[in-house]
Amino acid sequence: MLNTFIGDLGHLSVIIAFVAAIVAAYAYYMATNRRPLGDDDVAWRRLGRGAFLVHGVAVLSIIGCLFSLIYGHRYEYYYVWSHSSNHLPVYYMISCFWEGQEGSFLLWIFWHVVLGLAIIRYNKKWEAPVMTVFAGVQLFLTSMILGVVIGELKIGSSPFILLRDFLTDLPVWKTDPNFVPKDGTGLNPLLQNYWMVIHPPTLFLGFALTLVPFAFAIAGLWKGELSKWVKPALPWTLLGALVLGVGVMMGAYWAYETLNFGGYWNWDPVENAVYIPWLVLVASIHGMILWKRSRLGLRTSFVLVIASFLLILYATFLTRSGVLGNASVHSFTDLGLSGQLLIYMGFFFVVAISMLVWRWKTIPISEKELTTYNAELWVFVGATVLCLGAFQVLVTTSIPVYNAFLGFLGVKSNLALPADQIAHYTKIQLYVGVGVALLSGLAQVMWWQKNDKQSLMNSLAVPGILTLLGSALVILLVRYNKLQMEPTYILLLTAALFGVLANLGMVLSLIMRRVSISGGGVAHIGVALMLLGILASAGYSNIISANVSGLVYSREFPEEINRDNVLLWRNEIAPMGKYDVSYTGQYFEVPGMPEYVNKELIYRTDDEYKVIARGDIKIKDKTYYKVGDTLEIRPENTYYRVEYKNRETQEAFTLFPRAQVNEEMGLLASPALKQFVDHDIYSHISTVPDPSKEKDWTEVKEHEITVGDTIFLNDYFAVLRAIEPAHQTAGLGLKPGDLAIQGDFIVHGEKKKYHVHPMFVVRDRLIGRVPDEVEDLGLRLSFINVDPEKGKFTFGVSTTAKDYIILKAVEKPFINLLWSGTLLMTIGFGMAFAKRRRELRENAVQPAPADTSTIRKAPAPRRAESVA
Amino acid sequence: MKKTHVLAIAVIAIAIGIIMSAAGDASVYVSFKEARERAAEGNMTKVHVVGRLPRDNQKNITGLEYNPTLDPNYFAFTLVDTNRIAQRVIYFNPKPQDFDKSEQVVITGAMRNDIFVADKILLKCPSKYVETEVKGATAAVN
Repeated sequence: MLNTFIGDLGHLSVIIAFVAAIVAAYAYYMATNRRPLGDDDVAWRRLGRGAFLVHGVAVLSIIGCLFSLIYGHRYEYYYVWSHSSNHLPVYYMISCFWEGQEGSFLLWIFWHVVLGLAIIRYNKKWEAPVMTVFAGVQLFLTSMILGVVIGELKIGSSPFILLRDFLTDLPVWKTDPNFVPKDGTGLNPLLQNYWMVIHPPTLFLGFALTLVPFAFAIAGLWKGELSKWVKPALPWTLLGALVLGVGVMMGAYWAYETLNFGGYWNWDPVENAVYIPWLVLVASIHGMILWKRSRLGLRTSFVLVIASFLLILYATFLTRSGVLGNASVHSFTDLGLSGQLLIYMGFFFVVAISMLVWRWKTIPISEKELTTYNAELWVFVGATVLCLGAFQVLVTTSIPVYNAFLGFLGVKSNLALPADQIAHYTKIQLYVGVGVALLSGLAQVMWWQKNDKQSLMNSLAVPGILTLLGSALVILLVRYNKLQMEPTYILLLTAALFGVLANLGMVLSLIMRRVSISGGGVAHIGVALMLLGILASAGYSNIISANVSGLVYSREFPEEINRDNVLLWRNEIAPMGKYDVSYTGQYFEVPGMPEYVNKELIYRTDDEYKVIARGDIKIKDKTYYKVGDTLEIRPENTYYRVEYKNRETQEAFTLFPRAQVNEEMGLLASPALKQFVDHDIYSHISTVPDPSKEKDWTEVKEHEITVGDTIFLNDYFAVLRAIEPAHQTAGLGLKPGDLAIQGDFIVHGEKKKYHVHPMFVVRDRLIGRVPDEVEDLGLRLSFINVDPEKGKFTFGVSTTAKDYIILKAVEKPFINLLWSGTLLMTIGFGMAFAKRRRELRENAVQPAPADTSTIRKAPAPRRAESVA
Repeated sequence: MKKTHVLAIAVIAIAIGIIMSAAGDASVYVSFKEARERAAEGNMTKVHVVGRLPRDNQKNITGLEYNPTLDPNYFAFTLVDTNRIAQRVIYFNPKPQDFDKSEQVVITGAMRNDIFVADKILLKCPSKYVETEVKGATAAVN
């Protein structure tokens, strides 16, 4: 019998977590319902707290059980079998934990537990209503992994299901119900990347953090505390925007480094689904800050905070329900949870929107008429621009949903996503970028001073003039490099430069006053830099591998088709852009060695993870392995060594774009990057000769020679130095009395010499021949016969087409601006978060006069507030 | 009129513009028949076509043309759409490596003369993400 203790414990923990979430939600609800905020029913609250703690412990137990199954390679469990394998290092076991839907739900649930405990600890006053929402969300989320079947109804998909209960049709169960596969099917090779270890937890923490302001807003509506929720919610919102932004950009960087579509952003629905709530979340921060400073925009804050959480739910629905179908390359497998996801989403949509409608009239608004000289107006416009940007992506990304919905109504719809997505999104997002950069600069300048026409002109003059000068300089430089610059690009360039300079000026002057208030300015500089980086790297990415051979095979429409890939024969130099490029062989990764190891230096064995060294393997002077040593390799990836040499500067570098041949997914190519300060060279393999197909060898040509003779081949020659006992007899299954000899050849190639050892084996009076191959030369030698009387040996020579790769290489100018901008934005968010948290703590010690909903007369006094 | 009203009207106008642009840019799933009709009318907008690859008796795909040593950026194949109309397709890029294994192919592009010029190929492979076979399961029976 299978030992299913851990799995049963895990499943039991899921059920406990689910039940405890129900109890916590109910108890917290009872603790605060019909009571004013802060005056909880203590007994109910204690029960709620206890239940949530039990829930947390149960969640930890689920995670522990699942991880121990993965760690123990327990392939009798479907989740382990389908996401893991024997050779996976521990850090990738963590990734397989959340590769599947169930594991990623678990990750999300885990972060909610952590945040819930933080709320219990730090926001006691708001605990009961906020935790009611938290426990409610946990109830829905744990139901997704419940794995309980009641009659025909299946609730959730458990990660603890046994393989035999999932794949019930396998014939093996009839003969051996306790069959356990020897190995798992492994982690999706594209996810075997360190970014995939940290990206999902970051992203799901971001997801989880959007729940906090949402729960506060709902608590505010519920308790009638329509303005007080803003203050405790604001630091959480800033943290959420920080984490979600970092999560999105990590995903972008992973895509840039691992996938081969040629960039960091593909407008794939899965990417968009997170971009949309992030934009809205950032907009909501602006709304909340307007409220805190000027008693404006409370309704806006409510709407945006609620919208960003609902959009997270919508994103979850999009990526997990299977509704995207053909439209996305990397959404999750459909687990048949669509119904449950719809109920989850529908419940919170209905509850949140009806509560908002219920309280709408009583949410205080300002009668104050904003003038052009109010910074608040421009902050408000900026938030609106962000929302419009989110709106466009939402409308387009939802196209598959319209089809599904119309199909549900019985209308056949054949709408598809735009054929040219980049053009479609750029059309609007470019202006969103322009708006964000301009408004962030303008509002930041106005925020800190009393404005009238004169003072505004004065403070805008310096950044304005510098912007125009800088912009003109860049345009000249672009022209000087013989590149075109469209008016829209000039517009974005100017706006982003203004965003950088105006915010920078403000940050510099604020630092004199107090560093802590400049978070907003720093974040804005980051965003503007990101825009510049996107403009340069996407607008001026230059395909340097464009076919320059002039050899065009097809004559159909030759004039307008870009031919972006170049064929590189092994060891032949080809011109590419300003580089001379050559492909010089295939390499493997050896754990523990700092460099890749040439395939020609090793013999493969039956175990694909073990190889034998053909020669000493050394790097510089250090010898890592001696001839005949067995070493371990990671066989999945083949690294193709590509040498670049700049024709003008003679500067040379080597890249190792990699590819893996996967049975189910074909060739998975990942790029290699050479990063310079001002640009990246990005290159990836497009095609290699199909490794699963046998090579076409020419007919064997026989040569009868003696030791010391030379065989002349087309372009090379081979010298037989000796006949010796064979070295590499492992795997041949030799017994005492069998014979194995090998020819010791030196083949003189164009660049270097190769040792070649074809083997001749006599085993049980049967003759076996093990040929040896020089991949570099497309040459194979086999030891055909021995004539002991004459002392002559017969060798066969055959040749094949030379090895080649097809490569695409792109130059991405100034992409570092994007990454450094991201970093600055993160720092800015972090500073703003720290400041808002400190404010909250100071207030807790010294209770400030309660916020009133009275309308203040303009102009508001200039307090030290920053736009985050 | 208050500034907020001006803003509201501007926002609504832009939102409508965004919806119109999405509607205008949205592509459609069509058959080759319809793709040809569009081209005949001079409509060069790109469409999506879903189809399968024709196979011979040995399950080998017929009509593939890719010779990287001659031109790595020229790949031609025949696609049969859901109405069983076969059409020659050219893709000016290297052949996707998992092409042979795919069951369903989605292409975007437009008809040019008698040829469909594709600029994107999306492959649906059998069990790309859901594993349904267990290696070694049959071996273990013996």
